[in-house]
Amino acid sequence: MSVDVQLRFDRQAITGFSRANREPDWFLEKRLAGFQAAAELPLPALEKMKIDKWNYNQFEPFQTCSPVSSVQELDEVVKAQIDLDNVRNLLVQKNASTQFYAVTDDLKQQGVIFAPLAVALEQHGELVKKYMLNVVPYDEHALTALHAAVINGGAFLYVPKNVEVSVPLQAVYEVAGDRALLCPHVIIVAEANSRVTYVDTFVSAEGKDMVTNSIVEVYVGSGAFVQVASVRSLSADVHDYSFRRATVDRDGKVEWILGEMNDGNTVANNTTLLKGTASTAETKTVAVGTGVQRQNLTSQVFHFGTYSESNILSKAVMTEEAFCILNGITKIEKGATKANGEQAENILMLSEKARGDANPILLIDEDDVKAGHAASVGRVSEESIYYLMSRGISREQAERLIILGFLDPVVAEIPIEEVKKKLRQALERKLG
Amino acid sequence: MTAIPHLQIKNLYARIEGKEIIKGLSLEVKGGEVHAIMGPNGTGKSTLASTLMGHPKYEVTGGEVIFNGENLLEMEVDERARAGLFLAMQYPAEISGITNSDFLRSAINARRGEGNEISLMKFIRELDKKMATLEMDESFAHRYLNEGFSGGEKKRNEILQMMMLEPKICILDEIDSGLDIDALKIVANGVNQMRSADRGFLIITHYQRLLNYIKPDFVHVMMQGRIVKSGGPELAERLEAEGYDWIKEELGIEDETVNANV
Repeated sequence: MSVDVQLRFDRQAITGFSRANREPDWFLEKRLAGFQAAAELPLPALEKMKIDKWNYNQFEPFQTCSPVSSVQELDEVVKAQIDLDNVRNLLVQKNASTQFYAVTDDLKQQGVIFAPLAVALEQHGELVKKYMLNVVPYDEHALTALHAAVINGGAFLYVPKNVEVSVPLQAVYEVAGDRALLCPHVIIVAEANSRVTYVDTFVSAEGKDMVTNSIVEVYVGSGAFVQVASVRSLSADVHDYSFRRATVDRDGKVEWILGEMNDGNTVANNTTLLKGTASTAETKTVAVGTGVQRQNLTSQVFHFGTYSESNILSKAVMTEEAFCILNGITKIEKGATKANGEQAENILMLSEKARGDANPILLIDEDDVKAGHAASVGRVSEESIYYLMSRGISREQAERLIILGFLDPVVAEIPIEEVKKKLRQALERKLG
Repeated sequence: MTAIPHLQIKNLYARIEGKEIIKGLSLEVKGGEVHAIMGPNGTGKSTLASTLMGHPKYEVTGGEVIFNGENLLEMEVDERARAGLFLAMQYPAEISGITNSDFLRSAINARRGEGNEISLMKFIRELDKKMATLEMDESFAHRYLNEGFSGGEKKRNEILQMMMLEPKICILDEIDSGLDIDALKIVANGVNQMRSADRGFLIITHYQRLLNYIKPDFVHVMMQGRIVKSGGPELAERLEAEGYDWIKEELGIEDETVNANV
C-alpha cells in the first residue's frame, strides 16, 4: 500500500473511537500498530485475480448509530434474518455500533460469554487479549493490518470446558450508508469437550462505496466441536473481504458452512489448522455469482496432527458475466502421518460470458497419508433438461431444479434448520 | 374432455447429426390400443421414440405428427408432455440433487398448473401406492433422481413416473432390456394396470417375451426406418419362433438397418 494514499481517517480518529469505547491500552496499541503496518504491507496475493483497484480503504470507519430497545425497530434487511418471535441469543451490529444484544440467563449460568467485542474488551480484557489477532496475525498483509486498525465491532464467544450450548448463537451485521465500513472481529473459544454453534449473516442497506473487512478466529479445544455458519448477502455496492481461521486441538472438530451470496466483489479466505491428533475440519461453501461480480474464494486446511481429517466441498453457480475463482488447498505437513484430506470444487456455468476457475491443490510433505481431490467446471447438460422437460416441466424450471440440485449436496447437509432456510432464501434471491 | 387420445404419424422422416434414420414412417395409435413395434437393432425404433418426444438432437425433415388434433412437431418437449405424451426412456438421465419425489411433484404440478397443485398428502398417498405396485423400496422416493440406480431400478422408476403422471399416450422404449423375469413381470403389471379406453400404448422392444406379459393389439415390424409389416399378436409369436429372416425374404430386404441404401 503506497504511503500517499489519502485515507478518510487517521490516528486521531482511531484513538478517539478507542477511547470512546473505553478500550484497554493494549488494544489501542494493536490498532495503531495495524494502522502503521497497513501503510507498509502489500495486499494479499490472490490466485489469478488483481484487487488493487478494488475499494478496500476508502471508507469512513466509525459511522455510529443508536441502539434499539426492541428487535422490531431494527432495519428491515436485518429483521428478515431474525426469527422475531423467538429472539434469544442475538447480536446485531450496524456499521460501528452494536444495535441490539440479548443473551439468555441459562447461557450466562453455564459460564458462557457471548458479548459484543467492545463489552468483552471492557469486562474480560485479559481473556480477549489472549486470543485477539493470534491465529490471524494483524501483520499478515495490508487487509489484516487495516482490519486491526479499524475494528468497529464483532463478538466474543467463550464456552467453558464441558459446556454444550444447545442453541445456535446468532449475529447479524449490517452495513449501510455512503462510504460505511463494517469491520467486525469475531473470536470463538471452545474449551475442551465443549460444543457451540455460531451463525452470522451479513446484509447491507442503501449506500455507495461500502466496505466490509471481517476476521473470525476460532479456537477449538481438545474434544470440542464448533460449527460456524456464515451467509453473506451484501449488495453490489459493498466490497467484502473476510478472513476466517480456526485452530483445532486433539479430537476437536470445526465445521464451516459458508454461503457466499454477495452481489458485489468478494475475497474470502477460510483456513483451518489441524494441530491436534485426530482433529477434524469440514468446510462447505456454496457461491452464486451474478452481474459482473468477482469472487475469489479460498478454502484451505493445514494438517499438522496425526490422524487428522479434512474435507472441503465448494460449489459455485456462475450467471451473467460473473467470475469466480475457487481455490482448495490441502496441505499435509511432515509428521502428520495417517492424515486424510479430501476436497472437491465444482462450478456450474449458466451463461456464455460467465467464467469460473476451480483450483484444487494438494501439498503433501508426508508419505503415510491419504488425500484426494476432484474439480469440475461445466454447464447444465441438455440431456438433463430434456429429461425433465419430457415430464412436463418447463425449460426455465428444469434449469432451476438442476441448479438447486447441483448446490443441494452442500445445502442439504447444513445441520441447522434456520441457516438452511436463510441460505435457501439467499439462493432464491440471487437465482431469481 | 374425455376425447379418445389419438396419435397420428404420417410419412415421418427424421435424422440425427445429418443422418436420416426414420424414412417415411406412418402409424396410428388410439386410446384403448396397445401397439408393439418390434425389429432388430439399428432399424430406428428408439429414434422414433425420441423424435416423437422431441429430443433436441433429432430433426424432423418430413411428414407430420398429429396428437389429439394438434401439430405435435410444433410443440416444445414440455408442451408435448403436458398434452399427455409420455416416453419411458431406455437411458434416462441421472440428475444429482433432485429427489425422486420432489421431481415427481414438480412434474405433476407442471401438468396441473398454478393454483391447482396436488396436496402433499394426496401426493404421498399416490406415490406410496404406486411404489408398492412396482415393489420399489420407500427409500427411492428420497434418493436423487436415477443417481446410482441400477438399470432395472431406472426402468421401474420410469414406469413409476408414468403411473404418477397418467399420460394419454405412453411410449415405452425397450423397457424390458436389462430386466430379469421377476422385474419384467412387475413392470408389466404396472403397465397393465394403466391400460384403459382413454390411454394408448406404443411399446418398443426387440424381444417377444415382454409381449407375453403385456398383450398387444397390434404388432409392427420396423426395418430401414419404417414399418414394413403389421399384424396382430400372432405376428409377434411368429417372430419369436422364426426370427426376422422370413420378413426380409418376403420383402426382398438384405440389410434391415437404416444404413442400408433404399
